[in-house]
Amino acid sequence: MSPARPQVLDVDAVIDDPQTKIIVCCGSGGVGKTTTSAALALRAAERGRKVVVLTIDPAKRLAQALGLDELSNEPGTVPGIDSTGDEKGELQAMMLDMRRTFDDMVHTHAAPDRAEKIIANPFYQTISSSFSGTQEYMAMEKLGQLTARGHWDLVVVDTPPSRSALDFLDAPQRMSNFLDGRMIRLLSSPARAGGKGLRKIVGAGFQLFAKAVSTILGGQLLADASAFVQAFDTMFGGFRERATKTYELLRSPGTAFVVVAAPEPDALREAAYFVDRLSGEQMPLAGLVLNRTHPVFAPLSATEARHAAENAGSSRLAAAVLRLHADRVDLADREERLLNRFVGAHPDVPVARVPAVAGDIADLDGLREVGERLAQPGGESASPEPARKVHHL
Amino acid sequence: MTSSGWPAELAGARLHVVSGKGGTGKTTAAAALALALASGGRRTLLVEVEGRQGIAQVFDTAPLPYEERRIAVAPGGGEVRALAVDVEAALLEYFEMFYRLGMAGRTLRRMGAIEFATTLAPGLRDVLLTGKVKECVSRTENGRPVYDAVILDAPPTGRLVTFLDVTKAMSELARTGPIHNQAEGVVDLLHSPRTAVHLVTLLEDLPVTETLETVRELAEADLRVGAVIVNRVREQWLPDRSVAPAANGRVDAGRVRAGLASAGLDLPPDVIDGLVAETVEHAVRVASESAAAARLEAAAGTEHLARLELPQLLDGVDLGALYELAEALTAQGVGTTVGASA
Repeated sequence: MSPARPQVLDVDAVIDDPQTKIIVCCGSGGVGKTTTSAALALRAAERGRKVVVLTIDPAKRLAQALGLDELSNEPGTVPGIDSTGDEKGELQAMMLDMRRTFDDMVHTHAAPDRAEKIIANPFYQTISSSFSGTQEYMAMEKLGQLTARGHWDLVVVDTPPSRSALDFLDAPQRMSNFLDGRMIRLLSSPARAGGKGLRKIVGAGFQLFAKAVSTILGGQLLADASAFVQAFDTMFGGFRERATKTYELLRSPGTAFVVVAAPEPDALREAAYFVDRLSGEQMPLAGLVLNRTHPVFAPLSATEARHAAENAGSSRLAAAVLRLHADRVDLADREERLLNRFVGAHPDVPVARVPAVAGDIADLDGLREVGERLAQPGGESASPEPARKVHHL
Repeated sequence: MTSSGWPAELAGARLHVVSGKGGTGKTTAAAALALALASGGRRTLLVEVEGRQGIAQVFDTAPLPYEERRIAVAPGGGEVRALAVDVEAALLEYFEMFYRLGMAGRTLRRMGAIEFATTLAPGLRDVLLTGKVKECVSRTENGRPVYDAVILDAPPTGRLVTFLDVTKAMSELARTGPIHNQAEGVVDLLHSPRTAVHLVTLLEDLPVTETLETVRELAEADLRVGAVIVNRVREQWLPDRSVAPAANGRVDAGRVRAGLASAGLDLPPDVIDGLVAETVEHAVRVASESAAAARLEAAAGTEHLARLELPQLLDGVDLGALYELAEALTAQGVGTTVGASA
């Protein structure tokens, strides 16, 4: 049926390997990254590792399940971990508080009076709360901090719900460029800054542009921005150095990227872009998690089932069972077709299919179930895995 | 209660803003809506503003330039044009109108100056994008609007209200100048009956929660919600009274076996077990979808919302599927003009 069999992603081998220090879950929005991160972290902890999971924006009930009732920006212990390994594992979880992470970073890098000045600047409010990319940068920053602390032997990171999975890699650089004072100096005093060479290239156009920008944005905004960047300048070296260090960390062999996708064309397309990008940047890819698949549990073709349903007139239940089975076969076929397209273009990427858990994941048992499914490759097998009851709150 | 279909007040809208939580399929829904609204000889424009090239992907074509061009022919002779707005190009275009930048524009862009300016004031970016959309809506040719409707594939719900709240964005910018004047026109359009904001959702917990929050936020910002578009609706096959017991794992395997036998299928026990397991999962899904649908119906502020449904399509992931979705919308009344019968 399927022309290319994907290689199997052995999730347990990844999380059990003591060399795996960081797992980054990435993918486009709505594919289940946060749940996957939490399930991986829980499974690793229950198999004996000391794990911290950094989530970005967990659903309320998942947050409660992880003991994240309050936003604290510091890891807290997740109660109810059932560690079975030889070593006693532990799990801590935290939710990223972007603003506080930024504040902390400013305090770390700048002298107290200067730090206050930066934080009080109105422009800082904009950049620390609504600049697209701040969340990505701060996730990286927090990852760096957690790793540096050395308390955990595995850090699992969820990534922000960007419009594109690539943003996670691009945002820090963009932010770095933005905070580099060159452009703001050009805009606030184009006549003096930028050097003769540059002025020669853009000529009077730049002066006009600067004037237009200042007309549109208003003098106050530019003045605030300029004051901000000047104050920031002194800590900028540390800032950039830090970003570079985290980037290097992501490229180190101890990191494993897990690309998460749903069996939908858009999500798989994003996943493909991301995989290409990772290999381009020589970043270590563990594999693709294809989330929420619908494997068929009974070897009966859709045609046969629909045909029989026509003749099952007297038994409404049997007719319904046959029709829902036929739909499921069609759905599974579609999912396999979509996956095959991906595998055809990326034959070397190991894949784990994760059959959909019906209902919402609302507690640790739900996460354990997802963990089981993650670790059990071959969700496409036709043997019925008895439908396990998932707990609902 | 939400009502199904396409009420007369939506038929009068010229700008259809389509948003939704990430992963709900808003670009596909926007494309289907553009096709449905173009059918019967009309012309629509489908616009994207996030630089994702989502339209090109949905229509399976090469990336779109910053230029309106025909992307599909609608059933009954209409056409859909598409435009991927590039914010930096829009800003340069803008400056070009008021200040002569000449060749410097391209150099500035290469240097990152344009991106820098739009980053400095995120509101500026949104004002430029909505400004371009407004220009498309109000453009005329020989006294007639060029487009019967403009469909905007807007940012996801998380950023939607900030994006549309141009008034707020303008308060960040200088109080005078050409952009300011244009923005006032945008505010008029967005808050008028000529605009409707549609929200795409799945019948799942998180998307429904986000949809309801957005309905509230839109109302607070005085923006009109049009329809809730429920995407990927799947068939439910079980008799209603069987859903709850089956969702709790109670499916009478003996009855299933007997029923199958009467239909001429004599299946071994493990196959029956597999079918029963599938039935339980189906029932759990149906039950949670009903619960999600009930939340959507019961929430305050959703009383007057129209509700449209798009089926989950199993056999196609291509352009043909898009036409099927457009037909599904047409069958629910989309594109019916005021006073005409469906």
